[in-house]
Amino acid sequence: MISIENISKSFGKQEVLKNISVSMNSNECIALIGPNGSGKTTLIKSILGMVPLVTGQILIDNNSIIGSYQYRSLIGYMPQIGRYPDNMNIGQIIQLMKTIRGNHVITDESLIDDFNLRQIFEKKMSTLSGGTRQKVSACIAFLFNPKILILDEPTAGLDPLSSEILKNKILVEKGKGKLIIITSHVLSELEEMISRVIYMQDGHIRIDASINELLEQTGENRLGKIISKALN
Amino acid sequence: MRMTKYILTDILRNKTLIVYTFLLFLLSFSVFSLEDNPTKGVLSILNLLLIIVPLISSIFTTIYIYNSSEFIELLVSQPVKRSSIWISLYFGLGFSLSLAFIIGAGIITMIYQTDSTGILLIVSGVLLSLIFCSIAMLTTVYNRDKAKGIGASILTWLYFSLLFDGVLVFLLFQFSDYPIEKAMMAMSMLNPIDLARILILLKLDVSALMGYTGALFRTFFGNGYGQTISFLVLGIWSLIPFLISLHKFKHKDL
Repeated sequence: MISIENISKSFGKQEVLKNISVSMNSNECIALIGPNGSGKTTLIKSILGMVPLVTGQILIDNNSIIGSYQYRSLIGYMPQIGRYPDNMNIGQIIQLMKTIRGNHVITDESLIDDFNLRQIFEKKMSTLSGGTRQKVSACIAFLFNPKILILDEPTAGLDPLSSEILKNKILVEKGKGKLIIITSHVLSELEEMISRVIYMQDGHIRIDASINELLEQTGENRLGKIISKALN
Repeated sequence: MRMTKYILTDILRNKTLIVYTFLLFLLSFSVFSLEDNPTKGVLSILNLLLIIVPLISSIFTTIYIYNSSEFIELLVSQPVKRSSIWISLYFGLGFSLSLAFIIGAGIITMIYQTDSTGILLIVSGVLLSLIFCSIAMLTTVYNRDKAKGIGASILTWLYFSLLFDGVLVFLLFQFSDYPIEKAMMAMSMLNPIDLARILILLKLDVSALMGYTGALFRTFFGNGYGQTISFLVLGIWSLIPFLISLHKFKHKDL
């Protein structure tokens, strides 16, 4: 579904992605992990076209993303930090997103109901807490029933209850055979969802294996331990 | 373009913009009630507008764009062209700043000076709002850091409203032995604030206040033609910086 071929990216002198090739398919739930500054976010941003490619290419459903924007209707993206215009309210943000995608698209508003956002649709974004803004970001990512979900630190800043609701939603979507890419630093909460681990370091992919392979190789059952053993 | 409506609903409720409108209203109202001669009123308003409008337009635009950076990133991740995001932002900001000027200063001006001079003053104000919005968008697209970007915006304002004239006078004295009139006129086209001043003063025909470049404009083009040229160049000024920023934004790493 997503096929990344030999992409490299530098910001000034700093090389952030070094000749990365990887392919990701539907029916996978991938944990994209690695230390700070390892290139995870840049990789995600390249897929989303937020960082234009200079070398290499990315194919989504066999079409190159270079020079195209329509392919992004296949993707739902939840950013790490959600900040919205201060004077819009939640309802307007969601309406704006619908307008961008074309109002005819069938939407999945279950998260809006699960998070009880409908009661506070009139609230201005500037008055919302970080966690509530995070919920809005999550709703937008899932709103258009996309085939690919890219979630950057989805549960950071959410209370345990909401975090659980979001995890359940991810599992439901995983069951529908979608491609889900999650980055997170909290490895324990990923364990129950993921089917494959991609570990990045210094712009390279160090580990790329299915969770079952890793379990067999290392004989451990906790993700944190699996990773540290696999790296040695 | 569909986004412009939503961006407008956000900006038009912005407190800074409302205070700016109110400030313009207060200033223009007091100026016209203090001056018994409306032409003098127009001149005083002109001097205010040449300082305040560029300053507020550029700083407001800069801060708004930096504060929206995460939202712009989210929009870029949606199936929409980058250029339409940037154009919507320019429309939203330019329209709101122009509207603030029209409501704040324009209405009062039209009450006291109901003629073509009044209209020209309002048009210049709107053009200056658009021009400095467009220059500020260029500044922000080249500066990733918010503090640097705001600093750069203030510097550009300072350059156009103060330093530029200094440079002009310096050149005038240095090269006073040469026929530099045409060069000087070309130079003044590089400064939208100067052009706006020339535009209004040519209309009012107050030679005493016109300054060196204004007088040149009058000698070379005559009042009418001089106005048309300065008007056209102002129009170009409201587009060029924006178009450069648009080109940069299309290829920018977000």
